[in-house]
Amino acid sequence: MSAVAWEAVIGLEIHVQLKTETKMFCRCRNGFGSGPNTQTCPVCLAFPGALPVPNRRAIEQTIKLGLALDCEIADRAVFHRKNYFYPDNPKAYQISQYDEPLCRNGRLVVPTPDGDRAVGITRAHLEEDAAKNVHVAASGRIHGATATLVDFNRCGTPLVEIVTEPDIRDAETAKRFLQLLRQTVVELGLSDAELEKGSMRFDVNVSVRPAGSDELRTRTELKNMNSFNLAAKGIDREIARQVRVYEEGGVVEQETLHFDPAHEESPPMRSKEEAQDYRYFPEPDLVPVEPPHELVERLRTEVGELPGARVRRIAETLSFYDADVLVTGGLDRLWSAVVDGGADPKEAANVLANQFVAAGVDPAAVDARELAKLVAARAEIPRAAFDEALAKSGEPGFSAEPYLAEKVVADTAALDPVIEGVLAANPSQVEQYRGGKHGLLGFFVGQVMKETQGSADPRVVNERVRALLG
Amino acid sequence: MLDTLRLTAEDADRLLREKEVSSAELFAAYRDAIDQRDDELHAFLHVCDDPGGEGLPLAVKDVIGTKGIPTTAGSKILESYVPVYDATVVAKAKARGLKVLGKTNTDEFAMGSSTENSAFGPSRNPWDPSRVPGGSGGGSAAAVSGGLAPWALGSDTGGSIKQPAALCGQVGLRPTYGTVSRYGVVAFASSLDQVGPVAKTVRDCAWLYSVISGRDANDSTTVDVPEVELPSSEDLKGVRIGVPKEMNDADGIEPGVRDAVRRAVDVAAGLGAAVAECSLPRSVDYGVACYYLIAPAEASANLARYDGVRYGLREDGDDFRAMVMRTRDAGFGDEPKRRIMLGAYALSAGYYEAYYGTAQKVRTVIKREHEELFERFDVLVSPTSPTVAFPIGAKADDPLAMYMNDVLTIPSCMAGLPGLNIPCGLSEGLPVGLQLIGPQLGENTLFRTAHALERALAFDFVPERLR
Repeated sequence: MSAVAWEAVIGLEIHVQLKTETKMFCRCRNGFGSGPNTQTCPVCLAFPGALPVPNRRAIEQTIKLGLALDCEIADRAVFHRKNYFYPDNPKAYQISQYDEPLCRNGRLVVPTPDGDRAVGITRAHLEEDAAKNVHVAASGRIHGATATLVDFNRCGTPLVEIVTEPDIRDAETAKRFLQLLRQTVVELGLSDAELEKGSMRFDVNVSVRPAGSDELRTRTELKNMNSFNLAAKGIDREIARQVRVYEEGGVVEQETLHFDPAHEESPPMRSKEEAQDYRYFPEPDLVPVEPPHELVERLRTEVGELPGARVRRIAETLSFYDADVLVTGGLDRLWSAVVDGGADPKEAANVLANQFVAAGVDPAAVDARELAKLVAARAEIPRAAFDEALAKSGEPGFSAEPYLAEKVVADTAALDPVIEGVLAANPSQVEQYRGGKHGLLGFFVGQVMKETQGSADPRVVNERVRALLG
Repeated sequence: MLDTLRLTAEDADRLLREKEVSSAELFAAYRDAIDQRDDELHAFLHVCDDPGGEGLPLAVKDVIGTKGIPTTAGSKILESYVPVYDATVVAKAKARGLKVLGKTNTDEFAMGSSTENSAFGPSRNPWDPSRVPGGSGGGSAAAVSGGLAPWALGSDTGGSIKQPAALCGQVGLRPTYGTVSRYGVVAFASSLDQVGPVAKTVRDCAWLYSVISGRDANDSTTVDVPEVELPSSEDLKGVRIGVPKEMNDADGIEPGVRDAVRRAVDVAAGLGAAVAECSLPRSVDYGVACYYLIAPAEASANLARYDGVRYGLREDGDDFRAMVMRTRDAGFGDEPKRRIMLGAYALSAGYYEAYYGTAQKVRTVIKREHEELFERFDVLVSPTSPTVAFPIGAKADDPLAMYMNDVLTIPSCMAGLPGLNIPCGLSEGLPVGLQLIGPQLGENTLFRTAHALERALAFDFVPERLR
């Protein structure tokens, strides 16, 4: 047992690739899938004389995100040059924002089972992404590489960076924050925010301190985590490590922990943080961005009810857990429509969060009235038919009617003779059951379901088996 | 036989329209002149074949990108570079029928005042080949002055159009910042760089300016430009001319230069201009210091892209860092290296506020000081260069002395204002340049004033030894 209680101080830095038609500062297509260096031009290859022209859509989307995060939108935002040499950075400076970002001083309220947690948003700004380096060697890593190939297709694509205040105290809230932010970004149409594809990436800063203190101790930075669960696990591990270091009288050193997403279980690589001077200065090739008031107000009207608010609203009807799963899974709008169509709220939530997700259907493609009919009749439809119905529920013109016709047998007059036949065929099991081995109930039900080829209503069968044995 | 030394672009255009000469003959005449005199002058780094079509030839400073034509910026690091696209100014010129005649010599990355910093050797002044033609756009000014081109494009950061035009007895305009696109122009200092024309007459200069200016979707810093008026008026009635005393009496202004400029101001008064003395104290005191923080700071970032990865020179190294360092060490000459170091230092953590930050504030002061004067004046005048053309080698080992060449051209550049040089007389047999500075977008006023003065002064722009 430790003498002092410790608390964690966690801050997040998230990068989201915007889903614009073209890149941030040139007219090259912004998208995956083409051959290396085919989506390039003099601007994103940094040829002599090329100049950046900002993407209006990217600026609007960043403002929209800022509004969703309750940020102040700058009257005047300035792009800066961040100078450093690296092969994926062809100008040797990245155009980013520094002390005058588009959005600042916001917050995202994260609902948790124990109440709301407000996480401050320091800033959200717009910048350009780097190219992709491919290290040519057996291992694919920098170490031992004989050459580096650069694919500039991604170079200059718009990237939003969101930085939080160090307001988060535990891994679970960090994870919920990230899920909620991801859902917000997706709903606003800003990005696919797919972790596997790298269109959403995040770094986590972690430090610990005696509970109740307001000091900020040395932090470590966790990089390259490509799942929310891995992040939560990494944070917990890092908190435990730092606490151990302090309790053993040691000092936590400022360092970066690089995770290898391909090998989740292996410990992260550590590197010392090199203090780098980026020599930021205002980008003279661009004029300041001065978003007109009317534009900001129009964008504000395009921001609907946000995921966090919906979790809170739906948790009044369902459990917090169900509400959270529905909203962060992008299922709550369909859920509402299905409930409006006459389905039981809890039942609808269960179906959506489990079988529906497993069926892999796009919620936006579903006719909620038809799905509502299915969910309402769920107990009466054989499992196999129900699953098939869900799988097809996103198809155009889908109708629940044919599946509703396959209603299960729930008529006791039809079932009793079958049950009696099963009992007569298994006298020793009947004897054991009557002797107190009630676990055998499932055996009898199973036999009856088999005899009826799955068309019997299991609840009725249960009831009748018990009555006839009793 | 065409006399390319005397032929203005306007004359040449008339000959073409009246079919007295074909476009091919005209192009060939300039090629012949280049063959005859450029071994001595070294105004060109690259000469083009006639691309065909109808129109006038145009010489283009080698910092301006030309599709399919080498563009070296006077640097070894770009010796092998051939652009895949035209700079907007070149595209605009081509759209009006102009044909690229060749690429003119420049100090490396336009850093210098004599072309002695060109990696490919200096250009020479047509008035006296033992002297510099000025810089950085010495090649363009020497080409026009030596009859090797009817006109040329230059680029000006702190005086690189105006000062060579002065030293070679030509007309050169540095336009209002933002009126001419920088797209495709090898960047030196983005907040100061402007492309502009060098020509034999004010009317030619105005005409070429009308061709290249205008808002460009590829350059966010460009603005809408008022319609250019070709000047014809020969008086200066109603024109208010200010004579900033610090810029006309500064230490280092040669007596011959001062006298020629004074005579020109008297001529202006005689043409009806209202002339009065005024003052730009801080602009002159702090202009050069401020410029040598801001321009190198921007240059340190603009020149960082020359890393050997995608184009230009590459020196191999054991890793990326070594490759970049060896490439840049081999590819850049002393002056770019000096300015990269100056600039990187001025932007460093801990020094930014003291150097770059302060320079930006001073720049605002310089702008305001000019704005106040333009409430009372239409045009400000001074010498363009404190001296006439100096001998090659005279200042090559003294960077500070070289920097002081631009003491009179820098302040208005820092303020983003247009400045025009016209020749106004001779001192020791060499041309003296008169600098006219206008308010933002005041090009038409500059053209009008300069044209009237040009007529009255009747300076012969053909170098004496070539007449």
